[in-house]
Parts: sequence; C-alpha cells; structure tokens
Amino acid sequence: MLRYLASRLMQGAVVILLVSIGTFSMMHFIPGDPVDLMVGEAQVTQEQLDMIRRKWGLDRPVHEQYLAWASNMARGDFGQSVIRTGVPVRTMIGEAAVVTAKLNLLAFFISIAIALPMGIAAAVRRYSGFDYAIMVSSTLGLALPNFWIGLMLIVLFSLLLGWLPPFGLPSWKGYIMPVAVIVANQTALLARMMRASTIEGMGEDYVRTARAKGLVERVVVSRHVVRNALLPVVTVIGYRISFLLSGTIVIENVFALPGLGQLFIESVNRVDYQVVQAIVLLLSVLVVLGNLITDMFYGYIDPRIRIG
Amino acid sequence: MSQPATVIPAPYRRSEFTRAWRRFRRYRPGLFGLCFILALVVMAAIPDLLSPHSHTQIFRGMRGAPPSWSHPLGFDHIGRDMLSRTIWGSRVALIVGLLATGISVAVGVTIGAASGYLGGRADATLSRLVDTLMAFPVLVLLITLSAVLGPSLVTVVVIIGVTGWAQYARVVRAEVLSLREREFSLAARAAGAGDARIIFRHILPNVMGPVIVLASLGIGGIIILESALSFLGLGVQPPTASWGGMLSDGRGFILIYPQIAIAPGVMISLTVLAFNLMGDGLRDALDPRQHDASLDR
Repeated sequence: MLRYLASRLMQGAVVILLVSIGTFSMMHFIPGDPVDLMVGEAQVTQEQLDMIRRKWGLDRPVHEQYLAWASNMARGDFGQSVIRTGVPVRTMIGEAAVVTAKLNLLAFFISIAIALPMGIAAAVRRYSGFDYAIMVSSTLGLALPNFWIGLMLIVLFSLLLGWLPPFGLPSWKGYIMPVAVIVANQTALLARMMRASTIEGMGEDYVRTARAKGLVERVVVSRHVVRNALLPVVTVIGYRISFLLSGTIVIENVFALPGLGQLFIESVNRVDYQVVQAIVLLLSVLVVLGNLITDMFYGYIDPRIRIG
Repeated sequence: MSQPATVIPAPYRRSEFTRAWRRFRRYRPGLFGLCFILALVVMAAIPDLLSPHSHTQIFRGMRGAPPSWSHPLGFDHIGRDMLSRTIWGSRVALIVGLLATGISVAVGVTIGAASGYLGGRADATLSRLVDTLMAFPVLVLLITLSAVLGPSLVTVVVIIGVTGWAQYARVVRAEVLSLREREFSLAARAAGAGDARIIFRHILPNVMGPVIVLASLGIGGIIILESALSFLGLGVQPPTASWGGMLSDGRGFILIYPQIAIAPGVMISLTVLAFNLMGDGLRDALDPRQHDASLDR
C-alpha cells in the first residue's frame, strides 16, 4: 500500500509540475509587454522602464522567472492583483473559494444521496415504469446544458413565482437554484452509472450463490450486489471533481455568485493574469488531490487494486 | 504483388453494412436522432433560404417584442428576429461540433495507435499525457486558451479539437494493444507487411467501430462546451448568431425579455439529445459488446 501511495504521489507531483509550466508559458505567450500595459499612457524614461523590469525580475532569463514564480506559488504567495491594486490574490481567492466550496459540496452530497438509491431501485426493477422514468430523465439531464436549466429556473422561480432571488447571495436562498442545477446534472449521470453497475452485478455468480442459499432478495441486493456495484461508481465520483469545477464556472456566472468561477471569468476578461494563473494552478492541485484521494479510497475498499 | 479482386465478393460486403443498418434501425430513439440531425444539416447548409429575415437585421422599435404571426419567436434585446437567428445558430453548432470532433479523432487515433503499437517508454509518456488531459477541468483550459488566442470561431474549433482527443487515444490504445497480438496481425507480419501497413490496413479498420460510436456520443458534449464558451463571451463573437451567445443575451435580459433565452436552449438540448441517441443506436449497431460509453465522459 505504501509503495502504491508513493508512486501515485509522484505522478500527482509530475502532473502539477506540467500544469504549472503550461500555465506559466501560456501567460508568456500573451501578446503585449506587461510593463507597457502597466505604464499605459504615463511619460516614462527608458531608465524607469528598466528599473520596473528589474524590480519585477522581467530582465532575467525565462527559466529563472519561472522558478521564482513557482517558489512563490508553493509558499502560498500568489502576488497582488494588477486590477484591484494592493489586494493580495490570496485574499481574493480565499473569499471566493468559500462560496464555491459551499455550492459544490452541498450539490455533491445531495446528488449522491439521490442518485445512488434511484439507480439501485431502477436496476432492481428493470424494465418497470420507474426504471423507464429514471432512464428518460437521466437522458434529458445529460442533454440539457446546465446554464440553460439555470436560466429557466430563474424565469420560473424568480420572474413568474417571485419565490427566489435571481442573482447573487442576498441570503441562503441564493444557493437553492445553483445547487439544484448542479444536482440535476450530477444525479443524471450518477443514477445512470449506478443502474448500469448494479445490473451488471446482478448477473454475477456469487449473486446466484447468495440466492441459492436462500437469502432474501433484499439482503442479496444490499450485501452482495450493491457493495460490489459501488466500486466503479466511487471512482467516477472521485474523477468527476474536474467536471464539477468546470460546471461551477458557468453556474456561478449564470447566478452571479461571487465564487471562484466568477472571479476566474472576471480576471480573464480584465486581463488580470496574476489571478488567472493562481486560479488555474489551484484548480489543478485540487483535481490532482481529488484523484489521489479517490485512488487511496479505492485501494482501501478494493484490495485487488493495490497489487497491480 | 497484385491483389486478387475477388477475395471478398461484393454482395458480402454490402450485407455487412446492411446488417449494421438493420441493427441501428431497431432502436427508434436513434432513428429520431438521425432524422433530427439530417434536418439540422439542411438548416445549417441553407439558413439564408429558410430563415424569414436576415439574422443581423435590426427592426426599429421592436426590442424584446414578444412572438407574433410574422415573427413566431419574437425579437431579441436589440430588435433582431429570433427565428432567423436560431436557424443561423445551427451553423455554428454543427461546424464546431463536427470539425472539433474531427480534429480530436484524428489526433486521438494517431496518438492512441502510436502509444499502443510502440509500447515501452513512448507509451508510458503518452499515457501520462492522456491522464493529465483527462483529469484537468476542460472548461478552465478552454477559457484561458480562448482569452490568450483571442476568441473566434476558428479559435473555438481548434482549441476544443486539440484538448478533446484524450478519450479517443485511450480507447484506441487499449484496442490496439489487444489487436496487435491477434492472429491476423501475426499473419500479416509473416506475409512480410511492415508496421505502417499492419497499423493502417489491419488494425485501424478494426478500431473504427468504437471510435465512431465514441465520436457520435462526444459531439453533444462538444456542442455544450461551445455554447458554454459563447455564453461566457469567450466563444463565437457577435453579431454571428450562436445559440450560446443568444443565451448570454437572454441571461442579461432574463427579467425583462425572458423569451430570448427559450428557443436557443431548446435547440441546444434537442441537438445534443439527437447526437446522444444516435450514438446509442450506433453503439448497438457497430459495437454491441461495449458498455454505456456516455458514462465514461
């Protein structure tokens, strides 16, 4: 187990290194000199320009610039926003991360709580009306773009019924619609997976054995089928973190929630590249950590994995 | 070496296609998907003949006007005919969906085949690259790339295409790994065929089934990605009509002119649904042993 853990940690570190190099060089390819952009119309001499470059380390070779930047990042020093001058990027990200975390964790747990029982029930009563309804709604849930579902919810609950605030977070009610949208997409996928996985499990030999020794169907399903059927679903749930983060960007923009996704888009549009770099790196670290935890968990619940 | 032309009789080859078509036809939703996509292709090919008005013409004093007989979907926030813009929007969706998928398939099949056939160090490196790409939040990558390169139709097609190949590479690699060891590959090698000939003539044709299925299931996801990018203002730029961009206008005026956000969303949903259903049908027809591939996304 320890060797497995070490090798996975190494792989994660390599991925983060690759992403950091990618982010850094992408920001370097942006047309335009950052110093010119900063100075703007102000009258400056060549010496002053050189001084600014020296101060920011822009006169040094690229690999040195990268190392300086990377070591700052590793120490949690994300620099200062170019647009909101004086505000450390860390503070901006910290404030936004709280909103994003609340939104996604809430949606994550609700969708698991709904999707897994629904998937199992649909599989147990295969070809029934319930199963059919689950399949149809999950097919729709996968086809409807989440931001459009969000817009339609705004029309229904804010405009027509006037129950919920359309934008922002005036109170906890601001979370209801965004969470519902993410839950809709996630549930569609997870329920479908759980159903497929359970159906596959029902055909296994050990399930026939369990039935043959006279176990009640309910016990067969809960002890023998579901436990094994959960394995592939757990992996997918873990790997979905990157998809959740993609989804949150759009949803936060639909509902104008002051989270990471909103901050990311705003920073991209304002060319605030300190913030963009920091967010991209942060998200990739999150994804790598999420995948790592999934692998650990998977290795823990399924001993067969550790050997490979 | 001359090839005898009569090794595979023509009727037999046609029956292969016919059998696949028969299997596809049995799945009704798939047939619906195919019909809808065909209608969409027509729409995207001749939008100027089908739409009642120009997609950029502004009707004065008609801002956000509700549907009427002459304008069944009403007007958008600056007074353009919604029906015409919705019809024109199909063009962007299909162009991005098909071209970006084409790029992804080309890159993915090449890298997957190389990775699986060469093995060793090349395989290890390429597989790590695939893992990285599949784990990373695609939309974050696309937004950053689009901002850096400058958003446009070409940018959108290229960046979605070059970031979406990982799933094809993974499937092709796995298939090539097993096909490489099969008897017919061995036979080809014994007959003196080189690596290139074995890959292109013997292995890749056997991989195309799963790839076609995966691609048809992937187009829907790509159309959603494109509309998300346009929705965020980083995709196709106005005044070109795209469904995602129209939804962005709809969001801005959702409390005043809610009807703007309806038609484009319905079209995106139907299109994605149609491609997904056709993909399910194709899976039944071409690749019966594969499980539900839409779940691997």
